[in-house]
Amino acid sequence: MNWKKIRKNKNFIAGSILTGIMLLLILAGCFYTPYNPNTMDPSAKFAGVSLKHLMGCDNFGRDIFSRVLSGSRTTLIVAAGTVLIGVVFGILIGALTGYYGGVLDEVLMRINDAVFAFPSILLALLFISLLGSGKYHVIIALGIAFVPSFARIVRSEFIRNKNMDYVKSAKLQGAGDFRIMFVHILPNTMTVLLSAIMIGFNNAVLAEAGMSFLGIGVQPPDASLGRMLSEAQSFLFSAPMYALFPGLTIILLVLGFGLLSDGLKNE
Amino acid sequence: MIRVTDLNIEFFDHERPETVVYDFDLTLHEGEIVGLVGESGSGKSMSALAIAGLLSRKDMKKRGEILFEGVNLLDCDRKTLRKFQGNEIGMIFQEPMTSLNPVKKIGWQVEEALRLHTDLSKEERKKRAIEMLQKVELHEPERVYEQYPHELSGGMRQRVMIAAAMICDPKILIADEPTTALDVTIQEQIVALLKRINQEKKTAILFISHDLSLVHQLCERVLVMKGGYVVENGSADEIFYHPKEEYTKKLIAAIPKVVRKTEKDS
Amino acid sequence: MTENILEVTDLQVSYPVSRKTPFEKKKSIQVLKDISFTMKRGEILGLVGESGSGKTTLARSILQMIPYEGTIIRNTVQPQMVFQDPYGSLNPSQRIAWILEEPLRLKGGLSKEERVQKVKTMLQRVGLEEKILERFPRELSGGQRQRIAIAAALMLEPELLIADEPVSALDVTIQAQILALLKEIQKEMNLSILFISHDLRVVYEMCDHVLIMQLGQIRESGDVEEVYFHHKDPYTGKLLKAAGIETA
Repeated sequence: MNWKKIRKNKNFIAGSILTGIMLLLILAGCFYTPYNPNTMDPSAKFAGVSLKHLMGCDNFGRDIFSRVLSGSRTTLIVAAGTVLIGVVFGILIGALTGYYGGVLDEVLMRINDAVFAFPSILLALLFISLLGSGKYHVIIALGIAFVPSFARIVRSEFIRNKNMDYVKSAKLQGAGDFRIMFVHILPNTMTVLLSAIMIGFNNAVLAEAGMSFLGIGVQPPDASLGRMLSEAQSFLFSAPMYALFPGLTIILLVLGFGLLSDGLKNE
Repeated sequence: MIRVTDLNIEFFDHERPETVVYDFDLTLHEGEIVGLVGESGSGKSMSALAIAGLLSRKDMKKRGEILFEGVNLLDCDRKTLRKFQGNEIGMIFQEPMTSLNPVKKIGWQVEEALRLHTDLSKEERKKRAIEMLQKVELHEPERVYEQYPHELSGGMRQRVMIAAAMICDPKILIADEPTTALDVTIQEQIVALLKRINQEKKTAILFISHDLSLVHQLCERVLVMKGGYVVENGSADEIFYHPKEEYTKKLIAAIPKVVRKTEKDS
Repeated sequence: MTENILEVTDLQVSYPVSRKTPFEKKKSIQVLKDISFTMKRGEILGLVGESGSGKTTLARSILQMIPYEGTIIRNTVQPQMVFQDPYGSLNPSQRIAWILEEPLRLKGGLSKEERVQKVKTMLQRVGLEEKILERFPRELSGGQRQRIAIAAALMLEPELLIADEPVSALDVTIQAQILALLKEIQKEMNLSILFISHDLRVVYEMCDHVLIMQLGQIRESGDVEEVYFHHKDPYTGKLLKAAGIETA
């Protein structure tokens, strides 16, 4: 990976700035929000955008800015957890199948294909109906649904690398299989993997929003971007700001990671 | 027949503009075989691509003149250039695997230049193609005509490349390291084939190679390139036996000599 | 010391042909047939042949990387290898320092300082400067990479080095430097080198003895001088002639 070149990539720069600002805001939201995101203030019902309420208030008089901050935190935690599960198991399965091949590869990859054949949202729905809804269940459900795509990427990278001469010389020097897999080959998959992680992150943000929108994701009173959109849809015409701000936040998050992924891939 | 004067090629795709060929001069006469020798990065392939009219990238600047039949190939339009390519100027490359289209039959690929430059009927084209395959010493040309590149060996593929390049009887053949990827016995056969084509058809050949001893076997005149410059230019024997430039001497000294050890000692 | 470092007797290697369905009969092609030869300690043995002659397969069976029949007696610690393509033989994601230290790390028993010291000594031995340690393989030239590949192979102080076309990817002037380096190191360390090449000139320059291979068999073997100037097998003659070597 050529960091010097990547650092000069315009997409990467724009993506890092955008993502950086979003992450900073969300981090700040962990310690301070102008209002308690769940406190209702009947007098401020549907309050417009003002200095007091930067993004206005919702139908219960909750401050939307505060809720966007805490909601994006929830969304981000879900996305990060999902990607983490997907990447860890994806690397494990991809490395083993790609490196060893043979029967293990056949069996694991067929299971992988079967899981891959379902849209990840559908699969997550299935798990949720088995596990019950809630933040952590969403993470597990989406995480499992995300494993196959990472496994495939890692596997093809391992297949490409395992026949290269540097792997042969590592073997001759006495390196064991696990060291070859995780110390020698794995760093060489990082460019591809990092870019896949960014895209996975986007998909996870969207999947969480989608599931919460359908009411099976994060449960009230916790805010999440998807839940806010779902709640806002009844007031789309009377209070468009309510839908606009969470929607905009999703767009900015996804755009930021998308640009980062692009920047990584092109170098 | 083709005259190159003051060819300069400059790239812009890196941080700093980079000149890869400086003041390249070359005159190629009918029926002549000229060798272009150099190590990687010497600019030999760039010069050859420019002569073949295959350098048309936006991020580079070319100066100078490549005169062929009164036309400057460097600043004529695509249409004029295409009239020459394949018809008057043929080219073969180092890697015969990637320079043939893997999904097309051999016959189709050999005929392509005829399809573009002549009005021959399908049957006539096929007849010419099979004749050509025979001329490059491929056994069972009818069978090869129906085969795909992956069914042929490296040496056979290079013969097919030569057949495809030669089918319109070009006046010039540019051969960019045509034997480097081949085994030594196959290499010898391909070199002999090029020599024969040159004698029979009076085709001028520009032979690009890093292998000075091979160039000495094949060429009458040799240009030695280094770092974008032509450092020495002369007859093959002169350069091989009496090199003037330090760099040429170094190149020749780097070729291991096979001399009886007893003689070596004395 | 003229004991044999390597004795190969009746070596046979065949590869299974991939079947279209699991029900087809298992088939295989024989790529090495009845290979027997010995290699003395401290000599450079050339292995010459065209593509498909089985040179690389022979190297891989000596390294026990593929299954074979017959006997291979190795009177040595694990041999190391230098590959043709210096772009693929160095891990692209690691710095040179890491690549050279890795064999010592795997062997264990040395402190970080001792490892670094050994790496620096070896680097000097192959004629490179210390500042190269912080670089990645892609930042080096082909010749520098091949020097690093040689250094990495020598870190474990092997007695037998297998060099598979170590200079064919290099420019001729760089090639001469690498050959000189290999020869120097060979003398200094009393190393035995199995030198695989398709280039008869290079083999003549480098080797004491030579094996000429064709289609999985040894066609001719012996002292380089003998084989080049009094060859018995017509195939050897054909190779020499094709390479433009006058032996009359």
